[in-house]
Amino acid sequence: MKKAMIKTILVLLFTTIAMISTGLAMAAGGGYPKTPANVDVDDMASLQRGAKVFTDYCLSCHSAKFVRFNRVATDLGLTEAEVMGNLNHLGVKFGATMTAVMTDDYSKEAFGAVPPDLSLVARSRGVDWLYTYLTGFYADSAKTTGHNNVIFRDVGMPNIFWKQEGVKQAVYEEHDGVKTLVGVEVVEQGTMAPEEFNLMIRDLVAFLSYIGEPNQSYRKSLGIYVLVFLFIFFGFAYAMKKDYWKDVH
Amino acid sequence: MEQKSNGLMGWVDARYPATKTWEKHLAKYYTPKNFNFWYFFGSLAFMVLVIQILSGVFLTMFYKPDTALAFQSVEMGIMRDVEWGWLIRYFHSTGASAFFIVVYLHMFRALIYGSYKKPRELIWIFGMLIFLALMAEGFMGYLLPWGQMSFWGAQVIINLVSAIPFVGEGLSTWVRGDFVIGDATLNRFFSLHVAAIPLILIGLIFAHIVALHEVGSNNPDGVEIKKNKDANGIPKDGIPFHPYYSVKDIVGVIVFLMFFSIVVFFMPEMFGYFLEHANFEPANPLKTPEHIAPVWYFTPYYSILRAVPSIAGSAFPGVIAMGAAIVVMFFLPWLDRNPVKSIRYRAGWYKVLVAIFVVTFIVLGILGTLSVTDGRTLLAQVCTAYYFAFFLLMPIYTKLEKNKPVPERVTMK
Repeated sequence: MKKAMIKTILVLLFTTIAMISTGLAMAAGGGYPKTPANVDVDDMASLQRGAKVFTDYCLSCHSAKFVRFNRVATDLGLTEAEVMGNLNHLGVKFGATMTAVMTDDYSKEAFGAVPPDLSLVARSRGVDWLYTYLTGFYADSAKTTGHNNVIFRDVGMPNIFWKQEGVKQAVYEEHDGVKTLVGVEVVEQGTMAPEEFNLMIRDLVAFLSYIGEPNQSYRKSLGIYVLVFLFIFFGFAYAMKKDYWKDVH
Repeated sequence: MEQKSNGLMGWVDARYPATKTWEKHLAKYYTPKNFNFWYFFGSLAFMVLVIQILSGVFLTMFYKPDTALAFQSVEMGIMRDVEWGWLIRYFHSTGASAFFIVVYLHMFRALIYGSYKKPRELIWIFGMLIFLALMAEGFMGYLLPWGQMSFWGAQVIINLVSAIPFVGEGLSTWVRGDFVIGDATLNRFFSLHVAAIPLILIGLIFAHIVALHEVGSNNPDGVEIKKNKDANGIPKDGIPFHPYYSVKDIVGVIVFLMFFSIVVFFMPEMFGYFLEHANFEPANPLKTPEHIAPVWYFTPYYSILRAVPSIAGSAFPGVIAMGAAIVVMFFLPWLDRNPVKSIRYRAGWYKVLVAIFVVTFIVLGILGTLSVTDGRTLLAQVCTAYYFAFFLLMPIYTKLEKNKPVPERVTMK
């Protein structure tokens, strides 16, 4: 009977896992494939470089209104002077949050909409999507910005890194008369080599991931201690149960 | 009352049934000695309730039920500025899903061991009411972070109310307190989520346990232990809940907390099932998300809703089917006509029917998270048909079963 029950549990477990994986596969189907971002939010140097790119470029139009400069300083191992001098371009207070340089009225006039806040963009879109998006701009003369994007069709955002990455062109594959976008290639190099550019984007995405959940590294390291504690506690609790139950047959 | 003991406890016991209650419900509450794995989930459900209430109390201190502030109070206040706020929020968000996992497994236990059968029909009915209250609690709590899925999920579900003929429109406006989901809706959901429904839940759980302790626990063999008592009137197969099951349940709680901690500390979003990705964007009534999926614990019923075709453009038949899928479970004690409780001594083909039921329920749940295609709708319809057939044909097929002999005493397998 016990064997039969274990069998039932196993069967249920496996069916569930199989169903979930097919479900996930079905859900994942379609759309442009994402390139893994492979970010490391424990790499301080990477986060610091990402913070610089973020504040130099992204913060011109976007805000990160849930992120405080002093918190970034603490978490990224930067001094107040470094943050105020290199990252805080608007000169707001050290404890203030990251606001966009551009005003909402101006952005409505220029782009027709206020660019989304980026505090949580890594959590709503995912880091792989962000990496694919930021490396996925290509020249498209049909667009007013001169660029289109592989994963975000007809995006309103201009390709702000055009100087660094140079000119990219879309690569298509043709099967039975259907053209599908499969990637982009650099046709005219910018101020950065493609590998160098991709690394910069990786740093930026790492920083976006960090601001999406500033506690994530600490959360994981704390989790290890919690599990170790529970594991030891389990040993005592199980021994106590065994002892109390030794007279039950 | 006669004073049995001296000292402080004697003084208290002469005025309040402290020792009496302790003995009646714990130290001298005789429980079958053959509980297995499935019997952990009752105490675990209680454990999760405690987690939810404690974490909820602290979240309420920092949360602001105002459409202009709600999202920020969660994502900036609680998640970033409040010391340990992120941990308390993850306890609460993971606890919500854990509650449903534990309760679904608890209900499955009742199903396979016939714990809903005479004399335990009321325990089952109180349990079903707890399940309903829990769904209301989960639904209203999900609106509070005021993310995109909070808003649009609530929009979809409240719109179902408007599918009711004649009174639907007025009723849905009454539920929302506005013509759209707005500040009025958020405030009343907050009030119901933190005060009204928790009170109802606690009351129902009290009644559930009182009813259980009146008739005694069932067990994996479905044998009534009260039929075999020793000279002192103690069931021969019974052991006092405390200390035997209290020490055993501590082990269960620790194992549960390990799984719980793995989610809280390493995957709080649970791949977008516990915290949906779209909910990290603030609610925007002008921007409908590409794909609206309710949280996973509602998806089996959401699938049933979508599986039933609309009549004359009205989703009302689907709403009826979704409601009926839950209502039918209330009648389980009277639908099942087999006198044998435990699945161990029932027909082999009944086990197969239950196994298929579990699979269809999981399939419905998965389909509910996905967008609709023709093939998926057909699959959902087949599963919905099986779901209802499993319950509604029960009075017929449970009479046809060839049972195995049920032992006199419980077995320790």
